Amino acid sequence: MSLTVDEVKKIAYLARIRIDENDATGYARDLSGILDFVAQMNTVDTNGVEPMAHPLDLPQRLRPDEVTEENQRERFQAIAPAVEAGLYLVPQVIE
Amino acid sequence: MHTKTLAELAAGLRAREFSSRELVQHFLNRIDQYNGTLNAFVTLSGERALDDAEAADRLLSQGEGGALTGLPVAQKDIFCTRDIRTSCGSRMLDNFTAPYDATVVARLRQAGTALLGKLNMDEFAMGSSNETSFYGEVKNPWKPDCVPGGSSGGSAAAVAAGLTPAATGTDTGGSIRQPAAFCGITGLKPTYGRVSRWGMIAFASSLDQGGPMARSAEDCALLLGAMAGFDERDSTSVDHPVPDYCASLDDSLEGLKIGLPREFFADLESDMAAVLDNAMDEYRKLGVEFREISLPNIGLSVPAYYVIAPSECSSNLARYDGVRYGYRCEEPKDLEDLYMRSRGEGFGAEVKRRILIGTYALSAGYYDAYYLKAQKVRRLIAEDFKRAFEEVDVILGPTTPTPAFGIGEKTGDPISMYLSDIYTIAINLAGLPGMSLPAGFITGKPVGLQLIGGYFEEARLLNVAHRYQQVTDWHRQLPEAFV
Repeated sequence: MSLTVDEVKKIAYLARIRIDENDATGYARDLSGILDFVAQMNTVDTNGVEPMAHPLDLPQRLRPDEVTEENQRERFQAIAPAVEAGLYLVPQVIE
Repeated sequence: MHTKTLAELAAGLRAREFSSRELVQHFLNRIDQYNGTLNAFVTLSGERALDDAEAADRLLSQGEGGALTGLPVAQKDIFCTRDIRTSCGSRMLDNFTAPYDATVVARLRQAGTALLGKLNMDEFAMGSSNETSFYGEVKNPWKPDCVPGGSSGGSAAAVAAGLTPAATGTDTGGSIRQPAAFCGITGLKPTYGRVSRWGMIAFASSLDQGGPMARSAEDCALLLGAMAGFDERDSTSVDHPVPDYCASLDDSLEGLKIGLPREFFADLESDMAAVLDNAMDEYRKLGVEFREISLPNIGLSVPAYYVIAPSECSSNLARYDGVRYGYRCEEPKDLEDLYMRSRGEGFGAEVKRRILIGTYALSAGYYDAYYLKAQKVRRLIAEDFKRAFEEVDVILGPTTPTPAFGIGEKTGDPISMYLSDIYTIAINLAGLPGMSLPAGFITGKPVGLQLIGGYFEEARLLNVAHRYQQVTDWHRQLPEAFV
């Protein structure tokens, strides 16, 4: 499965990762190689096989919708790049 | 003291042959002396370790404390440690001081251990050689131009070289077992859900599992006893009782049936085959019965893994956006630029490769062909093991195809690197427990044998490993440069 540089750029945008122009061809080559490799999965017929999401087939545990944690906002925001009045600062979003 | 096992050190502490403070200082000195060459540690917590040691000595002097009180340990840098940098081997978290302790860290702390520091690893646990770390490669203590394995390369190298008697690792596709094999130590990946993942930085949520790495099965039993157990905070933690892993270590292996997957032994190089043959002879003397078994779909484990793991990683690593913590790019011009450049600059090449593959595999139009297909293949592999365990109690095989390869040897070819996990990956897909223990040497480098058990059969694996270690001494060898 051969990916073009354009396709790689589209995928990179979906993942919000900036890829340098000079690296794009390299990624296209590596990713195409990996896709070729994983295509081996098609050598086996999986018709009627249930997909396995959890190795023990267990469901996700739920808990009551009750507050159990302390508010530690200051502690958690102490490591933020930029905060003000309890809000995280980012470049302007709305013009 | 650095040549002794954790169990021996524990006995020494209880007999007051030395204090915890002396013990911790000894390892801090070793780290000071050798870490420059090995690069196993990313962050040291010497002061904290000595404080922990003093607290332990107070307990020990009153005849109190438990099995692990006063023993030094080191944590793979994937576990959040409160107020101590937790980098996950990445520039993305180089400036991240964790605000809390992971459950594994808290439990080992409660057990009375002293934290020496944080260990180097492949970035975000993605790698098999510790070469993708932002902090540079780790050297294999047996041969410094060789890799220690990965992603828990720092953990394996530190234990092997006697910089710490014990370490934690994590294993998503082999990242405890493969470096344990390459460095001549013992490592165990527990059953999925056995050890809490709360505070353990997530790579692939349906595969990740933390576990012990040390000089012996007995040591791993001691550590696992403290690490394992239900944790409410981890929604995938399984509420299964934790046995006393040490109590059954000496159980007889008479009549135990061990399966040898024909697919594992088919293309084995003769050196590796010879190592395993010798190991099997030792096991026969202990009363084990070997049987050939088949895991027909196992050849698809690496392809299936390289869809599932990257897919799950693309989701787990979406949180690194430069907004709330971690790396943020300089002077972002708008929000999109903030995301694109923080992530583009913060992540290394292998991590980006895997995020991209995962994003592609989960994207509209490709989900069925890739992710869903891989999950079906996963079920086939898990069922192969289920059938095998109806005939045998334990499975034995190689951990790796070869001993440690050279630094730089596989970095140019991602797939060649991926194939070094060919014997370990299926075990993560099936969620089963697996161990690697030293079984010999090839061209002067250690190699391991792998044991695989049924769900929650860690006690059995530790017993089977321990009995072998009672009649062999591969696990007691130390690399000459670090004796």
